[in-house]
This record gives sequence, structure tokens and C-alpha cells, in this order.
Amino acid sequence: MNLAYRDIKHNLLRFVLTNFGLSLLLGIVIVITGVYGGLIDDALRQARAASADLWVVEAGTNGPFAESSRIPGDTRELVSRVYGVERAGSVTYQSVQTELNGKPLRLFLIGFEPGRPGGPRQLTAGRQILRDHYEMIVDRSAGLEFGQQVPLGTHGHKFTVVGLMSKEVTASGDPVGYITLRDAQGLQFELAPPAARRESARGGAPETSNQINAVIAKVSPYVPLKEVAAALSRWKHLTTLTQDQQETLLSKFVIEKARNQQRLIMVLLIIVSAVIIALIVYTLTMDKVRSIATLKFVGAPDRTIIGLIVQQALSMGIFGYFAGLALVLLFQPYFPRRLVLDPTSVAIVFVITIVICLAASSLGIRLALKVDPAEALSAAG
Amino acid sequence: MADKTPVVRVEHLSKHFGEGSARVDALRDVDMEVYPGQVVGLMGPSGSGKTTLLNCIACILEPSSGRLTLDGEVVYDERWLRTDLRRLRLDKVGFIFQYPNLLPFLDGTDNVAVVLNLAGYGSAAARARAVDLLNYLDVGHRKHAMPAQLSGGEAQRVAIARALANKPRIILADEPTAPLDSARARIVMDLLRRIAVEHDAAIIVVTHDEMILDRFDHIFRLRDGRPESEAAEKLVAS
Repeated sequence: MNLAYRDIKHNLLRFVLTNFGLSLLLGIVIVITGVYGGLIDDALRQARAASADLWVVEAGTNGPFAESSRIPGDTRELVSRVYGVERAGSVTYQSVQTELNGKPLRLFLIGFEPGRPGGPRQLTAGRQILRDHYEMIVDRSAGLEFGQQVPLGTHGHKFTVVGLMSKEVTASGDPVGYITLRDAQGLQFELAPPAARRESARGGAPETSNQINAVIAKVSPYVPLKEVAAALSRWKHLTTLTQDQQETLLSKFVIEKARNQQRLIMVLLIIVSAVIIALIVYTLTMDKVRSIATLKFVGAPDRTIIGLIVQQALSMGIFGYFAGLALVLLFQPYFPRRLVLDPTSVAIVFVITIVICLAASSLGIRLALKVDPAEALSAAG
Repeated sequence: MADKTPVVRVEHLSKHFGEGSARVDALRDVDMEVYPGQVVGLMGPSGSGKTTLLNCIACILEPSSGRLTLDGEVVYDERWLRTDLRRLRLDKVGFIFQYPNLLPFLDGTDNVAVVLNLAGYGSAAARARAVDLLNYLDVGHRKHAMPAQLSGGEAQRVAIARALANKPRIILADEPTAPLDSARARIVMDLLRRIAVEHDAAIIVVTHDEMILDRFDHIFRLRDGRPESEAAEKLVAS
């Protein structure tokens, strides 16, 4: 006879309500795990999207994500000629803010050379960029529709959405957009017409827009990566980073503070959950003191009493966890940030929940074991 | 009774609480024997030590000195001789509380079956015996009722069924008729008498109820922790 199950069944409404509250709490823990996973995934996503082997950036910088990097537009041709480099592509990265239908729209724009490394990974709708100018592929989270026109830059050019992607956002949650390298260079490096006129009137040399932020190189599998990186490092105006170095920069340094903040919130939430679960188990045990005394009186061993409390604590944790997970999955599409719930993290939260429940039940067990069987003899409570 | 061995034998049992000036002697050198089939009333004014004696016999309170033998087994002789007192209670002692003390989350059948489960009965066998006992106590029709749905008398019968579940040789009852009216109290006492005879059990009933005196085979009166006759002698001597 499972006493824990019978007690839960008898007080089903109380159990469900208690667990609903607990599921919200555990749901928040799962959400923070998802936000944490999303933060790392988003941070690494653009670096991984390029599927680069090597990143060639401005000398002495950790560009193009951790620091700004500007290198001449013809660097790609230099890199392409190095032994071992199979393919290379120039890229630019910039954040822009425009206004659409009276609402601000933030985008993280990537300029790339169609047909070369650095372009969008996978489209969910539409087509690749075919024209040289004013076409863009954008993430769905921007809220733009297929064929919609978006004004970008100081020259008032309108870019037509020709393709849509999904799950392509930055670590700060901005949707990613892809445009041609030439358009991106124009947006990033060309002066606005009044500024250009003033610069011309001053007699200054017209600033060239033929600059890029980085070159992405794909290396032949038959040539050691280190060898190619060493060859590229001979140019003193350039720095070469491997993909691993780039990912380390992004995950360890660029989002380090945000990651620590979320880790702290998660630890605090876990502590709060542990305290709440312990209090619930303790209260449930308090309610059963007389029953526990009676059970002891009629000869129930301690393991029966401990089993009753531990099973209730575990069922509460398991029910609360899965209800919380279900709520998170239900509301995931409406969450303002991308949640990445990888199975390992979700499993870790589950294990933590179980450990918390077991630890929290110790308070109730301590109380139950101290109950004197003689309490069953006292006046009816 | 002389040819029978007592199921409960209490020899020179004493129990005190506290030490020095705070010492209270709850039981002083008490002797008592209860034989199979006997229903013994344990009476006395409040504070006379009857509940203390009952708790000592139930092995939930450790005596200070003396000797206690239950069903032929010496369980206390200046110290507990058994470590698993709960198992001892489960095997040998049935207890009827003043209030039924049924587990509120189990129905009538399961309140009885739980004791059998603890003793190692399988679920089906435990439930079958529980139903038999409930029928025996004329409360079988309420076997699926939760304790909150039972009347006082019905709940007390379920509690008696629970006390009988493991076929104990000793049944201890702490004021089992207190919450009942006199008619129901007599019914319960008649039931206990029937159980004592049919189950060959020794039954000790703590009670204040003078109306049920005729239901006992023997009445053991306590005053100030001593059997009343001894207490009276001490009073005269002083």
C-alpha cells in the first residue's frame, strides 16, 4: 500500500495547487537555463554561421565581434592566394536602427559576397540574394514579411526582403539580416550626402568605402590549420584567429558578464526553490504528525515513515518540474528572447530538482522521526 | 485461570519522571497479571498512573525498574531486552485509542489493511482479512467510507478492527468508550468481551466509566501510582 499516493489522492486539490506554484518556480529556473543557453548560442551563432576555419582581422584586434576591425577590401584576394586556403569571403558586421511604420527596428546586418563564405546558413522562405543591391535576407523575429521594403542607411535606400531565416539573432536579441557586401560597405563606410559635401568643400580626399571587417577563410582539409594561420600572420597589418579562438573570445569574454549574471540568478532561484520545497514538505509533514504517531504506534518502521515523506517530496518535484517544463514549452514562442533548451541542461535542472527534493525532505524526515508515538494517545487533534 | 500462563505480567514495575526535588513517581512497584480471555479494567482518578502503566505495557514508555513479560517473552528487565519495540507492538499488541485515530487518507478497509501490510501481508490478502474483520464488527457496509464519513461508533469499530488485524494476544484500550454514549459504550464493551473470548486475547481497558464495570472480569484500581489496596494501607499507616 503506497501511503504517499493515498495521501496525495486524499488531498488532491491541495497537491495540485501547491505543485502549480512550484511548477511556476521551476519553470522560471528552466527559463533562465534556456536564456543562458540562448545567450551562448546566439553569441556563437554568427561566428558559426560563417562556418569559417580562420578569421583574418585587423592587426592587434580581437575582431570582428569582440572588437571593431577594419581591413582593406582587397584583403580577401591576398588571403585566397595563401597555400592551403580553399575559399575566402569578405564580411562586414554592423548594428543598424531604422524606423518602420513608426516603430524602431533594430537589425544586425552582415555584409557578404554571394557565392563566397560568410552568407546565410539556411533560409526558411524565399530565395538567396541574386541582385547586387538592395536585397536582404532577414530573421523572422524582425517581424518583416516577404517582399517588404525596409529603408536603411543615410542615403534612404530601400531594401527588399527576399528571404527569411529563423533563429538567427545576436546575443542581445537583435535579428540578423544579410545584405551584399557592397551595400553593407556603403551603409557602414560612406558619409551621408551633407557630410560628404562638407568634406569635399574642405578639400579632403574622398574616403574610400572599400573596407571590410574581416575575411573568412576555409582551409583545405589536407593542409594543417596552424600552417595556414602562420602564413597569414606574416602580414603585419593582419591578425589571424582560428574558429576555436573566435568562439572562446565570444563565449568567455564578450558575454561573460551576462553569463555570470544569469548564473547568479539561477543559483539564487535554485536556493529559493530548495527553501520553498523544504517548507512545503515540512508543512505537509506537520499536518500528518498525528497520522505518523499512529503509524509508529501500530508498528510502522522508520523506513515506512521516511518513504512516505520522500515519495511525496519526489512526486512534488517531478510533477512540478514537468508541469514547469510544459509551461515553458507552451509559452516559449511568446518569450521575448530565444530560449535554447538543450537536453543536457534540461536534464541537469531535473537532477538538481530531485536532489533539492531529497535534501528538502530531510527537514520533514527529521520532524517525522522525532514524533513520539505517544502523541497518538493525546486528545483528538 | 490458574492453569493458564498470563499474557501480560507486570512485576515490581516503577516509573518516575524527573530527578531530585522534581521527581514524580508515576508508578511504584506495581504487579499485575492478565490472562488470555480476560477483560481487565484499569481504573483510577486522574494522575493515578493508569495511562503510564498502559504506555509501559504498550512499550512506548520505558519503565524505570521492574520486569515486563508479554506473551511469555520478557521484554523489559531493568532495561529493554528488545530493540525492535515497534515490531513487538506490531506482532503482539493491538491498541484501541480514546479517539479512533484512523488515518484520514485511507478508507475503512485500508485503515485495517495497513497494519497487515506492515506485518508483511500481501495487498490482496491484507484487504481480504480487513474486510472480514469489518464484517465481524458489523461495519463491513462502511468499508469504502473515509474516516471523515464515519460516525463515532463506526470509526471506533474500524479502529477495533485495526487493533485485531494482526491477531494480537494483547489488546490495550485507552478510554475506548469515552466519546460514546452509554448505549454505544456497552456495545463496544460487549464486543471487546466477545473478542477476548473468541481470540483468546488479554484485554486491558483504561476507563473512568463506572457504568461499564460489570463488563470486566477483573478491575485493577490505581491511586498515586500504586494498586489501590496498597495505597489505602499506606494511607492508614501514615
